Amino acid sequence: MTSALNPKYSFDTFVVGAANRLAVTAGRTVAENPGAAYNPLFIYSGSGLGKTHLLMAVGHAAKKAAPALNIEYLTLDEYVEAFHAAIAAGQGDAFRRRFQNVDVLLVDDVQFLTNRKEMQSELLRLTEALQVGGHQIVLTSDRPPPEIADLDERLISRLSGGLVVDIGAPDYETRVAILRRKAEERGAKFEPGVLETVAGAESGNVRELMGALNRLVAFQAVNDRSINAETAKQLLGIGSEGADGGKAAARQGAGPGARGPGDEFGDFLADVTVTVGKAVEAWRARVGEAVLRWEGEGYRTRRLEALLERDTPSAVDEVIASFTQDVERLKELEAEVAELDPQAAGQSVFRDPERLGEAEEVATKVRDGAAPPPGPSAAFPLAAYAVGPSNEVAVGAARAVLKQPGKKYNPLVLVGKSGLGKTHLLNAIGLELARGKRAVVACLSTQAFVDELIAAIDGDRVDWWRARYRRATALLLDDIHLIAGKERTQEELFNLFNLLQDKERQLVFTAPAPPHALPGLEERIASRLAGGLVAEITEPDREVKRAVLERLLGQQNASPDPALVDYLADRPAESVRGLVGELQRVVGAAAAQDGPLTAGLAREVLEGQAPRDSRRSAGFRTSGIVVSSLGGIKSREKIVWDWSDVADRVIEEFR
Amino acid sequence: MSLVNFTTREITCKIVYYGPGRSGKTTNLHYIYGRVPDSRRGRLVSLATQTDRTLFFDFLPIDLGQISGFSTRFQLYTVPGQVYYNATRRLVLQGADGVVFVGDSQARQLDENLESLQNLQSNLLEHGVDIRTIPLVLQYNKQDLPRELILSAADLDDALNFRGVPSVSADALHGKGVFETLKGISELVLKKLAAGTAA
Repeated sequence: MTSALNPKYSFDTFVVGAANRLAVTAGRTVAENPGAAYNPLFIYSGSGLGKTHLLMAVGHAAKKAAPALNIEYLTLDEYVEAFHAAIAAGQGDAFRRRFQNVDVLLVDDVQFLTNRKEMQSELLRLTEALQVGGHQIVLTSDRPPPEIADLDERLISRLSGGLVVDIGAPDYETRVAILRRKAEERGAKFEPGVLETVAGAESGNVRELMGALNRLVAFQAVNDRSINAETAKQLLGIGSEGADGGKAAARQGAGPGARGPGDEFGDFLADVTVTVGKAVEAWRARVGEAVLRWEGEGYRTRRLEALLERDTPSAVDEVIASFTQDVERLKELEAEVAELDPQAAGQSVFRDPERLGEAEEVATKVRDGAAPPPGPSAAFPLAAYAVGPSNEVAVGAARAVLKQPGKKYNPLVLVGKSGLGKTHLLNAIGLELARGKRAVVACLSTQAFVDELIAAIDGDRVDWWRARYRRATALLLDDIHLIAGKERTQEELFNLFNLLQDKERQLVFTAPAPPHALPGLEERIASRLAGGLVAEITEPDREVKRAVLERLLGQQNASPDPALVDYLADRPAESVRGLVGELQRVVGAAAAQDGPLTAGLAREVLEGQAPRDSRRSAGFRTSGIVVSSLGGIKSREKIVWDWSDVADRVIEEFR
Repeated sequence: MSLVNFTTREITCKIVYYGPGRSGKTTNLHYIYGRVPDSRRGRLVSLATQTDRTLFFDFLPIDLGQISGFSTRFQLYTVPGQVYYNATRRLVLQGADGVVFVGDSQARQLDENLESLQNLQSNLLEHGVDIRTIPLVLQYNKQDLPRELILSAADLDDALNFRGVPSVSADALHGKGVFETLKGISELVLKKLAAGTAA
């Protein structure tokens, strides 16, 4: 029962002139923001001036802007018919419900409400319901609401409550434009002056104009010759002096023959036309349009309004252009500030182009206040990260993250024991992400994160602290388990996490164990961490160890003895850090002896006697009892090392 | 009176021809009347004495048709020039959008011109209108008379046009300058109307 929208009737095919500019602007505004700007929008005009076209154009534009919208176009008669059918079928309520769920309702020809009391109250109810629900309603009629005969007062006030605009008869220029476009659509070509002649004939409505054009097109097609302005005149029976002459005189563009008796009056009329065109319409309409547009977006338009108050404003277009530019700048500033400090963005300065300077100042202030969050350390490049089966899942995930930050694995949680290279990988990801344009990568240890928050709370600038992290394009936190028990930090992280994830910004964390195994972590945090990818890094395999050793030895400018590398790589190591410690001990020993780095030396150092200091750095072997430099309880190993000779011998023999 | 009505898309301009007695105000209107096509003009209402002096006022409505989508109407009025009809003059001036001051170029009429101009100023003031703000055009009529009898346009400008408004030399009887004057005042009025009805 609802008519489909005619695809031909869009804004693109609607010729805009002075007479319909307001209506078109209002229509566009409504289509862009259904239910927000003018509700209801009531368009009225005489027959054949484009009401239906405009109505459907609103529908098309609204659909284009938001394809999900439920848009219904129907004429009042169709509505009445549907209503009667629904009532007859006992489905009145369903009918009402159906129309109340329409997002944009377009009703054509509501003047036929005359003498339809029950339809009037139905429409009143529907309009109210749609308005309450924030749904848009657009109506057309051939007259304004108060002039529709026998219309309920309440409905009049309801319909007049939004915006009532009319479409006037097109002026000469618009008529020419319409004719040109229609002729083009029909693929018809005319000699110069023909269309102008048709437009010069006073016809108050576009349909008549189309009729005249059709006659010319048909004539040309039948006679297979192009017609000139004179023939066109004869064909359409216009241009004869007398009754039409005076009218034609108003259209001074219609050609020299069209001027009425009394050149002086014709001149005068031409003059007045130009003046009216200049003074009343053209620039006023442009300014009005701009005011309508920017006001609709919530900007102050004093500068433009001031134009309207002046007698003969100069450079109207420049003023509009500079105003538009200022507004665009305000938008930029506001967006920037919103990123840094959401609270500051709501300020009214961002809505007033006259206060652009102040807005710039506010933005500068906010910008200054928001120093970038700590970034990744350059000491951990991705290229230096050794890859092997033990960590390839994590590295693979990291590469996927770098390929599509924020989209693939978000968050990425790197899990593994201490010393396996989580921090290295985290920083490496951070460094790579930071290469992006406008990237703000926050990469820090959770402890530093907590400390910063505490300092911010202390300095009463939590908002600033938040803004700092909210503008980050990626957040990478090392040792997330350290957040355990820090309720406030968890709360902040929770919010930050959601915000960044919503914006598809990458989050990476490291932890010694899978999120749910971490004690002291709130469930909401743990579940969010587990919601992305948890990639585990296990004890370094041979490949990783070899790669690490080769890199380190390469760095020391020592020509690595392959046997040494093999020996070290084959030794069991719980972590990369442990491996590095061992190598350092060997290197240290070699330096002390001023001898070469060999596997033998390494064996001697690592399995034989070794300096106490370097032993201590091999933390991976500790039993978990704190080694105190003040003595007291020593680790088991430490105690054994006190009798190293014996111990070594025992181990040797045991082997 | 709202003269540019964007809702009904109408422009209505009330223009008053002002000036001392026998300066040619009604002649202006007659000439315009004669040049406007029948379909565009209303009846020229003229309340004249037996000796053809304007007793009350002349009124000539002109319909300019649709201009830029506005149906545009001009209402031209004249006032009786004689000093003792001041109440009528004041009445006619009410709601005027523009004033054409038709001056008599004859040298001996200079005082009458000045007096009428002052009268215009005070009558406008009675309506709360500052003569400096209302659109005003000076017409120096009867420039066709022998040179020795009249003042040149430049002299008249010196004498009357101290506000620097547009001025037109005219010979209303033969139509010279009549439409030029009308154009001048229309332009001023329309520009003012357009600016004055800021949304």
